[in-house]
Amino acid sequence: MAEPLLEVKDLKVHFPTDDGIVKAVDGISFTVQPGETLGVVGESGSGKSVGFLTVMGLITRQQAQIEGEILFQGQDLVTMPGDEMRTVRGEKISMIFQDPMTSLHPYYKVGDQIAEAVRTHQKVSKREAHEQAVEMLRRVGIPRPDDRADQYPHEFSGGMRQRAMIAMALSLNPDLLIADEPTTALDVTVQAQILDLLDRLKEEFNAAVIIITHDLGVVAEHCDHIQVMYAGKIVEAGDRRDIYYNAHHPYTWGLLRSIPRLDEAAVDKERLVPIQGLPPSLIFVPQGCAFNPRCPHVFERCRTEVPELLPADGHHASRCHLSLADKERIFHEEVMART
Amino acid sequence: MSVEVTERAEPKPEPEETPLIRIRGLRKLFPITRGILFQKRVGNVHAVDGVDLDIYKGETLGLVGETGCGKSTLARVIMRLYEPTEGSIEFEGRDITHSTGRELRDFRREMQMIFQDPFASLNPRKTVGAIIGTPFRLHNVVPRNKIKSEVQNVMELVGLNPEHYNRYPHEFSGGQRQRIGVARSLALKPKVIVCDEPVSALDVSIQAQVLNLLEDLQEELGLTYLFIAHDLSVVKHVSDRVAVMYLGKIVEMATGQTLYRNPKHPYTGALLSAVPIPDPDLAASKRRIILEGDVPSPIDPPSGCRFHPRCPNAQFPRCSEEDPPLEPHHPGQVAACHFPLEDRAIIEAEPAGSR
Repeated sequence: MAEPLLEVKDLKVHFPTDDGIVKAVDGISFTVQPGETLGVVGESGSGKSVGFLTVMGLITRQQAQIEGEILFQGQDLVTMPGDEMRTVRGEKISMIFQDPMTSLHPYYKVGDQIAEAVRTHQKVSKREAHEQAVEMLRRVGIPRPDDRADQYPHEFSGGMRQRAMIAMALSLNPDLLIADEPTTALDVTVQAQILDLLDRLKEEFNAAVIIITHDLGVVAEHCDHIQVMYAGKIVEAGDRRDIYYNAHHPYTWGLLRSIPRLDEAAVDKERLVPIQGLPPSLIFVPQGCAFNPRCPHVFERCRTEVPELLPADGHHASRCHLSLADKERIFHEEVMART
Repeated sequence: MSVEVTERAEPKPEPEETPLIRIRGLRKLFPITRGILFQKRVGNVHAVDGVDLDIYKGETLGLVGETGCGKSTLARVIMRLYEPTEGSIEFEGRDITHSTGRELRDFRREMQMIFQDPFASLNPRKTVGAIIGTPFRLHNVVPRNKIKSEVQNVMELVGLNPEHYNRYPHEFSGGQRQRIGVARSLALKPKVIVCDEPVSALDVSIQAQVLNLLEDLQEELGLTYLFIAHDLSVVKHVSDRVAVMYLGKIVEMATGQTLYRNPKHPYTGALLSAVPIPDPDLAASKRRIILEGDVPSPIDPPSGCRFHPRCPNAQFPRCSEEDPPLEPHHPGQVAACHFPLEDRAIIEAEPAGSR
């Protein structure tokens, strides 16, 4: 296999607080190949955003205890000095955020904000930068980009703003685009437009994309690989077919069973099967498997021993003590039976 | 995959039954004014523009649509939180369109609301006991010394620990806060509860807990729900009938299953095709109807059918000139479209091959 674009090795991000150490990310390892789309799924507080803010260099060693390695094209981003990191961020890796309302500056014209990003990294004149901004707005499907570039963010609708954010993120032709809940604040129809746009631009710019989301539906349609996070750890990782048709972790089962499905047979209203209890505090993570207090299949070993992500080198891995035969049996009896 | 799905025959309520809530020709316009001293009316936001709706006892009526389609305004007009501009609202046969004072208070006791954001809808300075107890105090239905035990009963009903009576909202998680909101709305034993996006701010696993709670309460207390959401899969799951709203009008209404199997209005089709499905094969096989652009401004809605500028099937000039009325299609299904979609599901269930 070719050299991975991004390789994260045993990354830990811990925040010391007065109440104790918040283990937001507690040892995650994964790789992203050039041109692939990775989906990262988890509930709020599972550490998914913190992990990728660290990859972006937006959480630094001044704010948190960071251990492990983040190798991007062979360079370690954790130990990279700030000014070098600044050239990587934006030019090589860029990020779009959940709320396009708060991530665009309300005082500046949209075109100027995109041009600013261009001028920060490239030696071009204001005029050229502006032209580039207009061109980017056109490529993300904003009608009349010339006029739109001279408007302020409040004159854009939610979907338009997210398109403008994507235009800004792609203006420097990055190799990796991280999208943190890019469609959560948007209507379903606009969500579909934005996700299609991301797919199309990924081809056009030949970038790898990481989509962070809590919605298993979004990643089903757009991601090649998926990893599920819980309490700062990856609990299951695999191809999308592995996750949807052969999931191995009780938490993934819980997520699959708790969403209402459009295609469910509604002869009798089926009850949803929620995951019992609440996600744990990241300061007092439960002993053993972090999911054990909410897991319906818990047994003695789960309470004492932290499960490893196994098989370690395999494509489809999960962090659970149940035997493979049990996992497959339970998945087919309880989860697939619903659909 | 799903076994043979027998079409759910009819919407639950029989047509001859009198509806609990009957809405006719309801409109709500918000004036746009200019000038400071002499405010001149220069236009109107047509938030709700001619809605007829019947809600029957014991059913859940779902209301879906994009942001800005007027679904929340409609709910607030029905609750009489906004004054309707035109039209009538009847509750149990009584006209409450212009009720005031005592009459309005009595009506409000019968109808309560759950809000979207469990963080913004609870006063952070009041204890849970005080929040849930307020309806009792306002309506004088329970003697003062009995309020505490009543509140604790309601707390138990929604799955909160009654011992947490003296805690503050910040001590609860998002899902539990939404339970507090549910408890408050149940305090006066209302007949109807309007749920305005009650689960869209919650994580998926918690969302399922709240949806199940709402279902249990309906069964136990015989409640009627008006359930508003933008997520079609949630609405279909909880609702007996679903109304689809676009720019202040209802464009289609049917049982969830009919809507899913045979959408008639192209807008419904587009909404269905946009819903992400957590099943890669099924998602790949679905028909895509991608809508261009955003919802037009309700200040100056398009002529004729309001959907025509975004509609993939629009035929001119009819669609841009003539406003289509709601016409019956399948049993219990009405849709407002000149050129309705043929009978075909948007999401075709493939035979289980690879599994």
